[in-house]
Formats: sequence, C-alpha cells, structure tokens
Amino acid sequence: MSTLTLSGINKRYDNGAHAVRGVDMEISDGELIVFVGPSGCGKSTLLRMVAGLETITEGEMKIDDLRINETSPADRDVAMVFQNYALYPHMTVFRNMAYGLSNRGMAKSEIEAKVRETAKMLRIEDYLERKPAQLSGGQRQRVAMGRAIVRSPKLFLFDEPLSNLDAKLRVQMRIEIKRLQRELGVTSIYVTHDQTEAMTLADRLAVINEGKVEQMGSPMDLYSDPKTLFVASFIGSPHINLLPARFETGQLQVGTTAISGFEGLPEGVPLMLGIRPEHIAQHPDGGIEISVDLVEQLGADSLIYGAVSGFDSAEPEELCVRAGEALQLTPGERIKLNFEVDRAMVFRTDSGERLV
Amino acid sequence: MKRVQFERSTVPYFFIAPQIAIIAVFFLWPAGQAIYQSFLLEDAFGISSQFVWFRNYEDTILNYAWLQSAGFTVIFSTLVTFFSLAIALLLAVKANEVLHGSSSYKTMLMWAYAVAPPVAGLMGNLMFNPFIGDLYAAMNAMGWDFNQKLDAFDAGFVVILISVWKQVSVNFIFFLSGLQGIPKGVMEAATLDCRSPTKRFWTITFPLLAPTTFFLMVINITYAFFETFGIIDTTTRGAPGGATNTLVYKVYTDGFLGADLGGSSAQSVILMLMVLALTVFQFRFIERKVHY
Repeated sequence: MSTLTLSGINKRYDNGAHAVRGVDMEISDGELIVFVGPSGCGKSTLLRMVAGLETITEGEMKIDDLRINETSPADRDVAMVFQNYALYPHMTVFRNMAYGLSNRGMAKSEIEAKVRETAKMLRIEDYLERKPAQLSGGQRQRVAMGRAIVRSPKLFLFDEPLSNLDAKLRVQMRIEIKRLQRELGVTSIYVTHDQTEAMTLADRLAVINEGKVEQMGSPMDLYSDPKTLFVASFIGSPHINLLPARFETGQLQVGTTAISGFEGLPEGVPLMLGIRPEHIAQHPDGGIEISVDLVEQLGADSLIYGAVSGFDSAEPEELCVRAGEALQLTPGERIKLNFEVDRAMVFRTDSGERLV
Repeated sequence: MKRVQFERSTVPYFFIAPQIAIIAVFFLWPAGQAIYQSFLLEDAFGISSQFVWFRNYEDTILNYAWLQSAGFTVIFSTLVTFFSLAIALLLAVKANEVLHGSSSYKTMLMWAYAVAPPVAGLMGNLMFNPFIGDLYAAMNAMGWDFNQKLDAFDAGFVVILISVWKQVSVNFIFFLSGLQGIPKGVMEAATLDCRSPTKRFWTITFPLLAPTTFFLMVINITYAFFETFGIIDTTTRGAPGGATNTLVYKVYTDGFLGADLGGSSAQSVILMLMVLALTVFQFRFIERKVHY
C-alpha cells in the first residue's frame, strides 16, 4: 500500500546521452500505471531508476514520502518482473521464490507457507521442485510473477514481461496480471512498447517520447483527447490517419480538397489533420475520395486502405477506414468519404502541438 | 528404453582412424612401454636387464625420497590450484564490475599466459637471485630471512609463486568470460532480492560459475602436476634436499639423470594411476554438484 512520487527526474549517462528528461509523476496507492513508448524512449530506464538499478542524476524519488534516491535496491521494497524472467537457473522454483524472503530473515516455516500460498494462487504448486530449465515459457513467467508477489512489496515493476510469450499466451497472461494486481492492490508500474497491452492494462497511461512524458491519463482520455501529434499517432490500432494540410481562406486544404468547418487556425504553417479510422464513413457527397488498395476483413468489421485523391502520386497519402461488414469493395474502386469534423484533430506539424 | 539401431558400416572408423593412430603411437605405446619397463631392473650400464616383478614398485613406495616427493606434490598442487583459481576469480570479479567488453584490455590481461613455463621459471630465478634479485632483496628487507637455496619452505614458496603467477592469467580470462556469460537480468534480480554483495556472490554468482570453476580445476590440477616441470627445472631443481621435487620431476631425475629406467617407469605408472583416480574422483563426486 504505497504511493510513488517522482519530481524532476533526469538521467544523463557518462557519454552525454540524456535518457530521461525532467519527469514529474504522482502514482497513487493501488494504481496500475503503464509506461508506453517506442524503443529507446527512456521508459525502461525510468523503471530501472525506480528499482534502483540505475542511479538518478537529478530529481527526487519518494515512496510514501520517504526519499529513496540513495536507498539500495534491496531496501526499497520493490519487486521486479524482468523481460527474460531472470530466474536463478541453479535453484528450484521453490528456492527462486524463497530466496528474497530468506535474505530478509524470515522464518523457515513462514517462508514455506508464503511460497505455497503464492504458488497456489499462480497454479505452479506442482512445479515447486523443478528447475527453471524444465519449465515452459508461460510457466517461467508465472514463477517470475510469483517471485515478485511472494515478497508482498510496496511496488511491482514489470519490464516488458510478456514480450517473450506467443500471442495467445500473452493475452492470457495480460488478463491474469490485471486480475492479480486488482486482487493484491499493489501499486504497479508496467513498461511496454505494445500500445494494445498498454490500453488494456492501464489505470493510467504515460506516453513517453525522447525521455519526456508526453501525456498522462486514462487510456480513453489519451485516445479521444491526445495533446500532441505523437500521442495521437502512438495510441490506437489501426493508427490514426494523418494527412498533411494547410489552412487557407477559412478552409482546410488537404491536397486539392478544401474542407470547411474549421476556424481560427494559423495560416501559412504546415498542419496535420488527424482522423481516427472509425470516424470516417462512406458518403455519396463526401469531400475525400480514395481509390481502394486493400480490404482487410476482420469479421465484425473490415479495414479499407486506399490512396487519397488530390495528392502527388509520387508521395501518396494512405487512408484507413473502419467500415461495417456490409461494405464489399474491390481494389481499384473509387469511393467518396465523409468524416465527423468535430471529432477530427488538427496538429502543428513542426511542434506536434494540438490545435483543434 | 528403445534404442535406434543404425546399420553398421565401416565408414565411421575411417573418420576416427587418424585420432586413434595418434593416441596409439603417442600414448598407448609409450604407456605400455612404461608398464613393461617398470618390471625390469637394468644394470648400471644399460646393457642387460632382468625381470623383477614388483620389486621396482616396492622400492619406490617404501623409499623416503618418493614419499617426500609425493607429499610435496600433493601440497604443491593443492596450493597452486587453489591460489591460481582464487586470485583469478577475485581479479575477474573486480574487473567485471568495471569492464564492459573492451577486448583489447582483456587481451592485455592475458599476456602472461603466452609465457612458457621454463621462461617463467627463468624470470622467477632472476627475481629471486641472491645477488641481483629484487624480490629476494625485498623479502630480506622485510625482515624475512629468505633463502630458497637453503630453506625448504622458501624454496616451495618460490616455485608456488611462479606457478601461480603463470596460471592466474588464463584462469582470469575463463572466469571473466564465465562472469560475462551470466545474464545481466539474473544479477539485477539478485540485487533486488539480496542486500549483501558478498552473500549474492556466494549464492548466485559462484554457483553459476561452477561449470567454469570445475573445468579450470581439472586443468589447473593437471598443470600443477605436469606442466610445472619447466618451472622447477629452471629454478630449484628439486633442491634443497628434494624438498621441491614433484613426482614428475623425480621421474625425470631418476630415469634420465639417475639412469634407473625401471624405477622411473614404476614411478610414472604410479603417477598415472594417481591421476586416473583423481580424474574419476573429480567427475564422480565434484561434477555432480555442478549445475550447467
């Protein structure tokens, strides 16, 4: 039961790389926070700083109002689940889980009881005498979770724990992690580059880019109300459609098409129009025309990809439309589309700032 | 259990024939010769010989000089193996903390390995020379009445020091690559689980290094038993009074300098049996504790 406060956290490496730039964050008790961002954005570094595996160059980190900058990793009372599980290969599952407890001077009988209880919760009690090499990927993942849970730490840290599992198992474990975290009520940070994982797990999401937190909020907030071009393009699958545009004489010029309904945008600067695929629909009087390239049938709905008319054919702009199953199209066909102007977003291309 | 039976063919034997030939010519035949010789007693001029059954063995085992030599070999091998491994491990652990795969540095640390044992012995001989040896002077300056020519302990110290110095570098490289083979995540997980670095070393690092340690132990014992011949031959030559006479060196001095081929052969057969027993022991009892 703990809160974590980060204020002005910076990480500079000796070679001059500035991995984390001034992160401020307040994580309340029992929350599951997901750090999401492209690889190399500093999200893992930030997590490792919380764990104590990386030093903090600047700023202050507090667990329950106690400064932990100088506290050793073992004394921070945090548990981490690593990407490659990082189980101790020479120890049995039981000893893997008991190791952290016995080092903290817990009595043998108590360790035995705690390990068995945790193993039961994770359904690994049959494997306690096995070595990690004799387990499957999913089982190892459970043991890694068990090793973290058994310690009843103040914080759980997950560093891309599912990236080594196959797709089906990943979905299964994702649900399980969420359920366990709810049950145990332990404050957690989860790092991933997979935006679907991030959206489904998070209570709150921190989108990190180039060492900075671009935006933090609930998954739906970030999806429907992104503050920057980066967040808009990173969150959502399929990706948001982005079309280069200019604002001229009260209208938004997209290629050769003029779209009305936008006001007060700066003129003469490159803009980006962002529309989510589900906010576009076929309409006989639609202002945007595409020639269909590809149709992906997903069952419940289909994704239609096509090149937008009115752009130079050397640099075509692709558009993706989420349509119902009724719509049957063949490649090469031209269709007219309309979008909901009040749900569209406009960004400045240079700064990434959202204008509408 | 079911076994897959392959059709028998002579082709595989052709593939291993060169290796078999090498083993036969350079190992089996000389070993057979040694066993045969060990039952013979030659006259002083090497003209005639007579079959004496186990007389040579009796003479060997009941001989004070041989027992002294065997005792020294055991102590010498134990100390050389222990110190070469311990020092190399300590250096490797310390280097691993600061070294991040800079291979040129690692290569430099390995240079001492390129020194042949006799050369190492000669260098040691110069350093412990009573007239110009810096180490000799340093030892005496520290108040240690050091003289390897007169004192058995001092002589043992010199050969052990040189043997260890020569071997530490190769052990270091193996330990270092062993350490770098331990997944970083495992060490980090241990940092979160255990506060004390010493305890982490003995519970995580050392067990994970066990395959390397076991391999090096076998190599180092062999080194101490046999390869240190060159070092002893260029420094003490078994002096004073046979105090630094290892079994291998005694085989050489008795056989080639003393011209007692029968006795020398008996000694080498006994040495062979000792090494065989030691190897069996290592693989049966120690390797079991190794986790690969």
